[in-house]
Amino acid sequence: MELNAKIPPGPLKDKWSFYKDHAKLVNPANRKKMDVIVIGTGLAGSAAAASLAEMGYNVKSFCFQDSARRAHSVAAQGGVNAAKNYKNDGDSVYRMFYDTIKGGDFRSREANVYRLAECSAQLIDQAVAQGVPFGREYGGYLNNRSFGGVQVSRTFYARGQTGQQLLLGSYQALMRQVAAKTVKLYTRHEMLDVVVIDGKARGVIVRNLDTGEIETHSAHTVILATGGFGKIYYLSTLAMGCNASAIWRAHKKGALMACPSWTQVHPTSLPQSGDYQSKLTLMSESLRNDGRIWVPLKPSENRKPNDIPESERDYYLERRYPAFGNLAPRDISSRAAKERIDAGFGVGPQRNAVYLDFSKAIKEQGKGRIKEKYGNLFDMYRKITATDAYVEPMMISPAAHFSMGGLWVDYELMTTIPGLFALGEANFADHGANRLGANSLLQACVDGYFIAPYTVSNYLAGEIKSERVPIDHQAFIDAEVQVRAQLSKLLEINGTKTADYFHKTLGKLLYDYCGLSRSKEGLIHAINEIKKLRADFYKDLKVPGDEDEMNGELEKAGRIGDYLEVAELMCLDALTRDESCGAHFREEYQTPEGEALRNDEKFCFVSAWKWRGEGQEELLIPEPLHFENVELAVRSYK
Amino acid sequence: MKLYLKIWRQSDAASEGKLVDYELDNVIPHMSFLEMMDTLNEQLVLKGDRPVEFDLDCREGICGQCGMMINGQAHGPIANLTTCQLHMRELKDGDTIYVEPFRALAFPIKRDLRVDRSAFDRIIMAGGFVSVNTGQAPEANGIPITHEQAESAFDSAACIGCGACVATCKNSSAALFTSAKISHLAKLPQGKMESRKRVLSMVKQMDEENFGHCSNTEACEVECPQQISVLNIARMNWEYSLSSVLKK
Repeated sequence: MELNAKIPPGPLKDKWSFYKDHAKLVNPANRKKMDVIVIGTGLAGSAAAASLAEMGYNVKSFCFQDSARRAHSVAAQGGVNAAKNYKNDGDSVYRMFYDTIKGGDFRSREANVYRLAECSAQLIDQAVAQGVPFGREYGGYLNNRSFGGVQVSRTFYARGQTGQQLLLGSYQALMRQVAAKTVKLYTRHEMLDVVVIDGKARGVIVRNLDTGEIETHSAHTVILATGGFGKIYYLSTLAMGCNASAIWRAHKKGALMACPSWTQVHPTSLPQSGDYQSKLTLMSESLRNDGRIWVPLKPSENRKPNDIPESERDYYLERRYPAFGNLAPRDISSRAAKERIDAGFGVGPQRNAVYLDFSKAIKEQGKGRIKEKYGNLFDMYRKITATDAYVEPMMISPAAHFSMGGLWVDYELMTTIPGLFALGEANFADHGANRLGANSLLQACVDGYFIAPYTVSNYLAGEIKSERVPIDHQAFIDAEVQVRAQLSKLLEINGTKTADYFHKTLGKLLYDYCGLSRSKEGLIHAINEIKKLRADFYKDLKVPGDEDEMNGELEKAGRIGDYLEVAELMCLDALTRDESCGAHFREEYQTPEGEALRNDEKFCFVSAWKWRGEGQEELLIPEPLHFENVELAVRSYK
Repeated sequence: MKLYLKIWRQSDAASEGKLVDYELDNVIPHMSFLEMMDTLNEQLVLKGDRPVEFDLDCREGICGQCGMMINGQAHGPIANLTTCQLHMRELKDGDTIYVEPFRALAFPIKRDLRVDRSAFDRIIMAGGFVSVNTGQAPEANGIPITHEQAESAFDSAACIGCGACVATCKNSSAALFTSAKISHLAKLPQGKMESRKRVLSMVKQMDEENFGHCSNTEACEVECPQQISVLNIARMNWEYSLSSVLKK
């Protein structure tokens, strides 16, 4: 099997225009006859659903939350990037493209990344028109802040709640279409399978989480915008419900998974304080604009941070990466923190944290200005830790955050199943081996608002003659039987361990062996342990209640069953990549200074994986990456 | 810490519910309230009992999905905080804690502590948006908006839709929720255009959903995790009066 990314011809800067000029269209009368299913109502999902409905398609939109407004895009804090160059600091589409390609350690497609940068300015226009209250300067014009891995200010923000405000914009656009009856919205519905007929995605099986009822829905195309699966690590910055089930079940139906082990570990989250803990709260990267990261020079330091004099502090990011300092990219910052913590310089009761200190910024800019910029983050910190970060430095620690990996998609964001699209964090496309801060909101929005309307239409133009598939088609019946069998299987085990026990055990394994640093030996060990854990799961899981009722434990068990399979593929993916790139750091491949050592000769490709059935090792299908516009360089932030 | 919990259990909207007693040992003060509930549920599952259904998701106070009445207060004893951000250190060892769902005619109970807040979505559907399609937007800096105006619009837009305002209001009024959206959009030039029509249709929808009237007790502002100001309600009333008078 050869992977065809379908990159349009022509120079880099003209590719997207070429595509748009030549994409096939569906005339308005025919659009009414075409049904589109969108799974997920985060930024990518709600933007796609609203935009396609505005065009005249019949859209069905699904989310597992009790309202479309609660999808996890809501929690993104710091901002969204756009190459507007409002700051007159030398920004351009090309520079943003280059920063993103370099930030991803040269493991993403040039054409995709260029398009992301190209569509960024338009997104800010769209969001402002929807009423998103971005931060403004006193003259009334939009303001920007800086984010990691770049030397310009191109990040637009709405205090520390940018994701919430962007999502409310797309949610409101979606609800406007629901009111216009062009979208039918199903909240508290979880997708459990994709239905494939004659090789094309033609519908889904979903479960109503309030009643337990299984429903089947048919359509001409299915769009998955189901977000990332960093929650596989159990302790993560994600919401409790975030999961891999939709993309994993699509994978088992034939969609390839790309680079699943590339998980971003965010450097500035709150440290773990105990075993009961259910999540690690993120503190926005924007804090690194004004906060300085340090650890004591002395290991096992017992003095309080404010009692440690300047001369006995190690500002290790400023020391190791003078050009970017505290704004070094996330993978590098997280690894540097882990290095100090592992070497015994960690702080806090569990010695698992580093300090993020605002005293210099407060002295220089005043408390009022810092409060205006980050007030809600300082409030959140106080609520969770009962500590006033205006007086004492914050304690932060790395935490699993963003999935760069996901379903493999071509330039049109279509998976290897025709008619099945994957948008936003659910796909592998733009971020390579490491995502730059404030590019995730951007990618989700651009995929949903600006790309899907063209590429989905281009696909549907070829489906105008396809009749609606009735839901009593054999393929729907078979898929439903399989879904029901899967649910019953989980309920029948009746063992002695809760779903959370398996999730926590799995999460610990992944943090230890497939987290910030990986080794051949560790990954082989992890694969064996995951296999054992999976066998135990199907022998000793306990799920009370029934399938035909609201059953939170059954929901969890289903997701964890999938995670136990995803985890094995993650480890295999990491094991087969004998290089270090971005978030993927193999201990065997590093420079004497401890920096990542890429191997462009052998690994300049995307690892796409094909499911071959239960108990069989997945097949690796590489998609070679061709760089025609940038030179592969060692990624240096020194 | 040891806690005595009295938790509302109810199978579905049609059934009768009741408070059930649970005892929980070894509660750690650093736990969040929802982590304490997780611990209880884990014990129930291991005993083969049905765990307590409650709403949750982001656990960082922004998705607005969690919400319970804790000792009669929406989101518990601390002002301006979501349930997921309430930590056990705020409660005392040996306390008896009443845990109940958000109660309002417009929020029917689904099961245990989970309620149906879809009425909020329908209020937004009635006009809580700017009528702009994808692709129609002009250049973002084309219309300057003062710093103060943008900040003030943000203050209204920060609502997370949790429903604590309704749950805490003796009239179960959704005035704070509805007015926050009306104000957010009315404060910005992009939303101003439709503000007259918007306020009338959103208020009408709010009434149809069986929310009560606002009688200015200001209890909602105290519980609101985003500290949405009751001045939004004043603005809504002003916009409503103006729009009613000017309506043809």
